[in-house]
Amino acid sequence: MQVRAENISKRYASMAALDDVSLTVGSGELVALLGPSGSGKTTLLRTIAGLEVPDSGTVFYNDRDTSQMRIQDRGVGFVFQHYALFKHMKVMDNIAFGLRARKKNKPKEAEIRRRVLELLDLVQLSGLEGRFPSQLSGGQRQRVALARALAIEPSVLLLDEPFGALDARVRKDLRRWLREIHERTGHTTLFVTHDQEEALELADRVVVMSKGRIEQSATPDEIYDTPATPFVFSFIGESSVIPVAVGNGRATLDERVIDLDVGTLPDGPAQLYLRPEDVAMVTDGGPGIPGLVVSTRRIGGMRRVTIECGLARHRIEFDAPAEIPIANSQRLQVRVIGGRVYGAGSEGYGTEKLAASATSDFKWAKAEGWLDR
Amino acid sequence: MTEATANTIRINKPRQAIGEGPRTRFALIAIALVFLALMLIAPLVVVFFEAFSRGLGVYIDALAMPDTMSALQLTLLVAAIAVPANLVFGVAASWAIAKFDFKGKSFLLTLIDLPFAVSPVVSGLVFVLLFGANSVLGPWLADMGIQVLFAVPGIVIATIFITFPFVARELIPLMQQQGSSEEEAAVSLGAGGWRTFFLVTLPNVKWGLLYGVLLCNARAMGEFGAVSVVSGHIRGQTNTLPLHIEILYNDNKAAAAFAVASLLAMLALVTLAVKTMLEARFAGSLAAQRRH
Repeated sequence: MQVRAENISKRYASMAALDDVSLTVGSGELVALLGPSGSGKTTLLRTIAGLEVPDSGTVFYNDRDTSQMRIQDRGVGFVFQHYALFKHMKVMDNIAFGLRARKKNKPKEAEIRRRVLELLDLVQLSGLEGRFPSQLSGGQRQRVALARALAIEPSVLLLDEPFGALDARVRKDLRRWLREIHERTGHTTLFVTHDQEEALELADRVVVMSKGRIEQSATPDEIYDTPATPFVFSFIGESSVIPVAVGNGRATLDERVIDLDVGTLPDGPAQLYLRPEDVAMVTDGGPGIPGLVVSTRRIGGMRRVTIECGLARHRIEFDAPAEIPIANSQRLQVRVIGGRVYGAGSEGYGTEKLAASATSDFKWAKAEGWLDR
Repeated sequence: MTEATANTIRINKPRQAIGEGPRTRFALIAIALVFLALMLIAPLVVVFFEAFSRGLGVYIDALAMPDTMSALQLTLLVAAIAVPANLVFGVAASWAIAKFDFKGKSFLLTLIDLPFAVSPVVSGLVFVLLFGANSVLGPWLADMGIQVLFAVPGIVIATIFITFPFVARELIPLMQQQGSSEEEAAVSLGAGGWRTFFLVTLPNVKWGLLYGVLLCNARAMGEFGAVSVVSGHIRGQTNTLPLHIEILYNDNKAAAAFAVASLLAMLALVTLAVKTMLEARFAGSLAAQRRH
């Protein structure tokens, strides 16, 4: 089933939780709502479920307006962050709850039992049907909660930070497992998370939210490679930010320390966003941005180096091969081989991707001047 | 040798991070026990001691008096009406306050506390003014043949008013702490309002509810002030046990007064025993829920 939210707005007291948000989740799609706390992602999920009533806007299931539908009739499988299992019921009764609550087509008790055991098998908890929720671990509880939601054969599966309360190891296992379940059952699925790694790994499409608005809605690759706004760039992955001035198609820092070709970006102040892999150390003696090493730390097979450059000592982080020894206070030169420049455009942001080839256009700073400051 | 070993053990025993030295601990426990004995146990002992001071015969006579029997019946009747009424009101009020947001919620919360804040005598007087001969409601009800004041309905109404907060006050914090996500889960799974209430909300608060009901019951049977104002003290008709005790005491029948008092105390003890028994009976499921 397709889910479509149109122009949803919702205010709490004076704060806008959702500001004219529109979102479509295709049938069978697995979509992540990603954002920091307070970005409105949970409110949007609860509005789609019918647990919150929007101030304005409409949610459609396929082409059916849900505003007059009772939540009981919507057929949403909702999984809560803290499981919300019925504490006084055994696992069996928890999962059977939705089937027993049916008015029409209520299955016979034997059939309900069969279905529950089948679901327990699906969530790999066979044999635990006689336990109380308090006798299960966090990961097991969340799997029971999912089985309970799946029992009603939901038309859409909504998960609110499903792995938020679990430890890192269990989280990773459950993530892979949820993907498998989705592939097997094919439910239209929308889940909320603040963990970008989780969103990128699990979802077909990631919707990044901030301050009650959708910043970008795209595939994980697009989100990472072509972030639409500075917020998305800095929220996903590691990033360094350097304020630059754009004029005549060039972005400059301190007039010459950084000097990049940025094509059609309008003149004015702009921000240069760099990921660690967008910066490379100059080892061949060629030209580069001069910098002073302020810290290094080991990350896996690489060394994450932080340098300061420019008069205002802007910090840039990049990865260098671990075998190259780099010490604090060392002077070195780096080259920009990627990254993006965000300037104030007519519609939010103008953005230019810096291709590796663009860097040949560098006018390298004459280092001596400021390095000896 | 043994002394030395004992000393070594004492020295080697690690100090607990939380907790006082043995002397302080002893003193604190002693203070608590003395206080408990003086304030709770001694009065109870005195009641039973005085009740039997003139012998078993006087005790049984006092209980067998027709006035005592009718007072006991009236007390049980009033409790039997007031407690279920407040059970329903209390659950409804706390459900509304804990699970929903609406205008005037804090006002309603304050209103629920009113019977605790106002002196019972004042509460009684309020009903005298409301249902008395000079009020609006009194003559109208009298025309219809219903007597409220100085009759059973008045006593019931006053008792309901006084005991109103017990159930609600017990349930509201509990329900607020539990939040509404289990209810949300239930409705998203297709359960209607009543089903959600009886299968999800009520089982989650059943122990708090039981405690509230028991407190409510104890107070309903023991209420003196408000009932005293509205009852009219008609012996054998509108005397509840507490009022009957006062009359006996004022008539210098101390032994009889204490005998009836022991009956009232026993009702309270039975209430507590029932609660303890239920808790022991369901200790397993109680612990399972608390661990969650």
